[in-house]
Amino acid sequence: MKVLNKRNILTLIIIVAIYALVQVLITTKVISSFYEITIATICINIILAVSLNLVTGFTGQFSLGHAGFMSIGAYAGALVNMSMKSTTGFLIGIILGAIVAAIVGIIIGIPTLRLKGDYLAIATLGMAEIIRVVFLNMEITNGAAGLNGIPRFTNWLWLYVFTVLTLILISNFVKSSQGRACISIREDEIAAESMGINTTRYKVMAFALGAFFAGIAGALYSSYFYFINPTMFGFQKSIDILVIVVFGGLGSMTGSVIAAVLLAVITTLLQSLSSLRMIIYALLLIVIMLFRPQGLLGTKEITDMFKFGKKYERVE
Amino acid sequence: MSLLTVEKLTKSFGGLTAVSNANMHIEKGELIGLIGPNGAGKTTFFNLLTGVYAPTSGSIKLDVNGEKKEISGLKPYHVTKIGLARTFQNIRLFKDLTVLDNIRIAMHQNVDYKLPSALFRSNKYYEEEERLKKEAEELLDIFKLTHKKHEIAKNLPYGEQRHLEIVRAMATKPVLLLLDEPAAGMNPNETVQLTETIAKIRDEFDLTILLIEHDMSLVMKICERIYVLDYGTMIASGKPEEIKNNKRVIEAYLGEDV
Ligand SMILES: Nc1ncnc2c1ncn2[C@@H]1O[C@H](COP(=O)(O)OP(=O)(O)OP(=O)(O)O)[C@@H](O)[C@H]1O
Ligand SMILES: [Mg+2]
Repeated sequence: MKVLNKRNILTLIIIVAIYALVQVLITTKVISSFYEITIATICINIILAVSLNLVTGFTGQFSLGHAGFMSIGAYAGALVNMSMKSTTGFLIGIILGAIVAAIVGIIIGIPTLRLKGDYLAIATLGMAEIIRVVFLNMEITNGAAGLNGIPRFTNWLWLYVFTVLTLILISNFVKSSQGRACISIREDEIAAESMGINTTRYKVMAFALGAFFAGIAGALYSSYFYFINPTMFGFQKSIDILVIVVFGGLGSMTGSVIAAVLLAVITTLLQSLSSLRMIIYALLLIVIMLFRPQGLLGTKEITDMFKFGKKYERVE
Repeated sequence: MSLLTVEKLTKSFGGLTAVSNANMHIEKGELIGLIGPNGAGKTTFFNLLTGVYAPTSGSIKLDVNGEKKEISGLKPYHVTKIGLARTFQNIRLFKDLTVLDNIRIAMHQNVDYKLPSALFRSNKYYEEEERLKKEAEELLDIFKLTHKKHEIAKNLPYGEQRHLEIVRAMATKPVLLLLDEPAAGMNPNETVQLTETIAKIRDEFDLTILLIEHDMSLVMKICERIYVLDYGTMIASGKPEEIKNNKRVIEAYLGEDV
């Protein structure tokens, strides 16, 4: 098993340590239930941002409809979980939500991903709007009133498991031949196609994977906040996710993680200054974009800071 | 049997006919030159061969394992899969990626693992990635670029960027390699070196090469046969000496530095 190399084992140890640490802080009430909400928001936003980053940052396809995929996961997860009130039901809901979101991603991606830039942005915006209107008018989703009393199974364990899983899988993807094919589309679509890359196929692949993980985030969300309605997943939500991605750096997963944490913490700290909050938040974004238009990390990753791997490579 | 047979190939952009009724045939192993004044339609001809443009009319047939396959109108990635690879007149590297990644991307169609292997890092993933890296380094060695594999493509000197484009095209494992002005912007010394390398890779990799070039000395020196395009029409073809003395070619180039 080549997966069990030194680097991966070290990563695993760090992952488990972080989990244990936060769990202890929660159990001992050092982290109050008020801040638990912040943690949930951070995890869900990390999943959303990293999955959108795959589409927009790595593959270069500007999408304004990520909240649409999130809502599919949220509703599918909630509906399954409400009729099957157990952890099994919760997990089935998550997986089902993710799969349905991915399928919708493929169906919508095939025609729209032929469009470029602004046109694609508007098409994805329209798509998310259609999804919202569908939920607004379906009986099973209870229309504008939305779903209430969704059982809460989302806790620190599951938030953490799915966040880590998302990070590992998307990071693996980006560093694979398939992921490099996606990145080449962002770099130069004509050259990519001339190098034998079926660009439509890989755009749809990135879009479907992005939708899959957004679906997971949606299901985690509905099971944490008890209640969902279609307005929660409108244009505003898609923009919120995009802000995290751009803020952290298009093409940097580490950047998305840092931005998700930072923005959630800032929002929490500014909670008391409710009226000033949005202004400070907006100013911060403007400042960042003025002085660091490539986002906090550009396309750098945390792993770039450890050059051991590269020295090692030369010896072989 | 010819490797490539182009018949009556025509491409119009609105009122402008960039390539008109062009014919060409290339035997396996040949090194062929395509020359012509500015705007003659040479790059358009390449774009037709590689599927970037669909022809207005005419046919392009490639010999694939003894079978003639019509490739006109196919998508570029499909044409590349069949065995045509190219470089671009205006360098089109993946300029923000490393040298190694530029090559590995071009090796994509020869990678033997699927999406689940990529996501969950199966043994196959590790084996294939190791193989890719090794093969990429071997290819980079043609132009002595191996030690620059971790550099960002746009940071390479201009000449090396042109070299990298050739290596990248070769990484797709083509049978026919199309080079669009590979010596553009190089000094005479670099051009001589490049000429030698092109001849060398043709022999070593058992390639067939079609190259567009403005630098006549390069074309005359290494090409076995030359085609001449002028205003979209093939006005001559033949051995370098025949082309040199062809009246129509001299006329077409009149006023240009030959
Ligand atoms: N996409 C396009 N749309 C419209 N006209 C085009 C297009 N591509 C090329 N042309 C025109 O077709 C003609 C041939 O252009 P092409 O680039 O093939 O010439 P070339 O022989 O490669 O010239 P050069 O030596 O300058 O590279 C030119 O008149 C050019 O303006
Ligand atoms: Mg040209």
